[in-house]
Amino acid sequence: MTTASEPYVLNIGPQHPSTHGVFRIRVVMDGEQIQDLDMIVGYLHRSMEKLAEERTYTQNIPFTDRADYLAAMSGNLGLCLAVERLANVEVPERASYLRVIFAELQRIASHAMANGTLVSDAGAWQTPLLYMFREREKILDLFEMTCGARLTTNYMRIGGVAFEPPPEFWPALRELVDELPQRIDEYAQMVQENEIFIARTRNVGIISPEDAINGSLVGPALRGSGVPWDLRKAEPYCVYDRMDFEVPVGTVGDVYDRYMVRLEETRQSTRIIRQAMDAIPDGPHKTDIPLALRPDPGEVYARVEGPRGEAGYYLVSDGSPAPYRFHMRAPSLINLSLLREMARGAALSDAVVTLGSLDIVVGEIDR
Amino acid sequence: MPRGPRQLDGHRVADALDQALPGIVMLGTDEWVEVEPGRLGEALRWLHGSAEFDAAQLSNMCGVDLHDHFTLVYHLQSLDQNHQIVVKAQIWDHETPSLPSAYPVYRGALLQEREVYDLMGINFEGHPDMRRLFLWDGFPGHPLRKDFMGIGDGLTSGLRRFPFEDNANPDRLINRDNVTTPSESQDAPRNWTGGAPA
Repeated sequence: MTTASEPYVLNIGPQHPSTHGVFRIRVVMDGEQIQDLDMIVGYLHRSMEKLAEERTYTQNIPFTDRADYLAAMSGNLGLCLAVERLANVEVPERASYLRVIFAELQRIASHAMANGTLVSDAGAWQTPLLYMFREREKILDLFEMTCGARLTTNYMRIGGVAFEPPPEFWPALRELVDELPQRIDEYAQMVQENEIFIARTRNVGIISPEDAINGSLVGPALRGSGVPWDLRKAEPYCVYDRMDFEVPVGTVGDVYDRYMVRLEETRQSTRIIRQAMDAIPDGPHKTDIPLALRPDPGEVYARVEGPRGEAGYYLVSDGSPAPYRFHMRAPSLINLSLLREMARGAALSDAVVTLGSLDIVVGEIDR
Repeated sequence: MPRGPRQLDGHRVADALDQALPGIVMLGTDEWVEVEPGRLGEALRWLHGSAEFDAAQLSNMCGVDLHDHFTLVYHLQSLDQNHQIVVKAQIWDHETPSLPSAYPVYRGALLQEREVYDLMGINFEGHPDMRRLFLWDGFPGHPLRKDFMGIGDGLTSGLRRFPFEDNANPDRLINRDNVTTPSESQDAPRNWTGGAPA
């Protein structure tokens, strides 16, 4: 007996656990296979780029927290570096070290979230996620004791950082850095040799290196495809050129590789934090800049390697205290450029895992 | 303005581009190269294929509204040679601006061009899916244009703060006499067609 099948449209989201935020996809399905896919975004659009044109550069820093809300520190850092280059502001060395420490802590916290939710998507309902949240929680505690906020940190300033960490910060950080490698091994053991996880992620959602480059993929999505591209090495900012660390890359370009790249990056981040803690010099943590900073007319494009890849800030100054044009290059959005091509012909359950492995943050997609 | 640490000299790119495709370069500066808007696709394709420049990835693109014209900025990069090239194109038609799409060369332009179309109203010819990205169909105007606040039925920003110590450039201060009150703007009918996005 043969049964006829005809395509139907399935709506996923905007409120759905596997879309990681208010992200909506309409898929045309034939049986369990995806024929076509249309993503609908904008539910979280807050017109940040427009609002930024009426605020001073310092007043714009909180927007970067709320764009990529899982990596506020990296967003802060990108904007501050852009403005510093635009206005020729010198940063004290201690501030650069503090920035590196916080940016790497943020990377660990963000990757823990990314990998935790990916494993959740693959069927391990919540247990690994909560394990990974254990260390993320400690990192957020460190943020809280330093700047009072856990997610929307607003910690970096043009010319440095807002506050010196309190005295109790350093022993707590030391303790965390000492236990992290063991904890990361624990996650690795728990998940990466799990048969179900391997079946769900190996050879699923493969992106070739050529496609990844042409499709403007960045961050772990690009490195998972085997392209060793990391802005911390390619265009070192702050004091990354003094740090000894490695850039992990994948070999196949599937979901599993992207997961492993993130896991390995947390180990490398731990190494960086340890080196930065040992080498941090004394001195001021920021330089004073005018309240209404007026950079000379001109433009700048500065970028940092955030947890999701190249977070770039393109600023145009007309000599007034507010930017004439304020553009954020959102890695989460641009990493989705190939989603439609990748999803075609895949099973729906694989597409969900693939989307999880791209690690989108909807606040950054919509801005 | 100093160049980025890995950014190529625009003069160098301009010379090579002009030699390969005569007449395509409008201007070469220290930072960027400006090409003829109608031949933008050609320029990108050449830079993408060139062994010397190897612009393999479109890293970022965005538009800037300069009141009477638009500038589109493309940040290209080579991952092998680790350098960055900035290409610009100017569009002098402010009413119905249009530019060749970069999508045939860079698939990473798919969503970035939709974003520029949505927020700045620039149409990209040859883009396979030219629709709004964030806002819904029928939304009045394109918000990142500088005249957006002035259009009829446009939205007021709701933000009337500005550093009042700044008196150096009074043109940028908001003229409070002309600001519509919130109640007026709420009563006015909005002219979008559908309620929810498609």
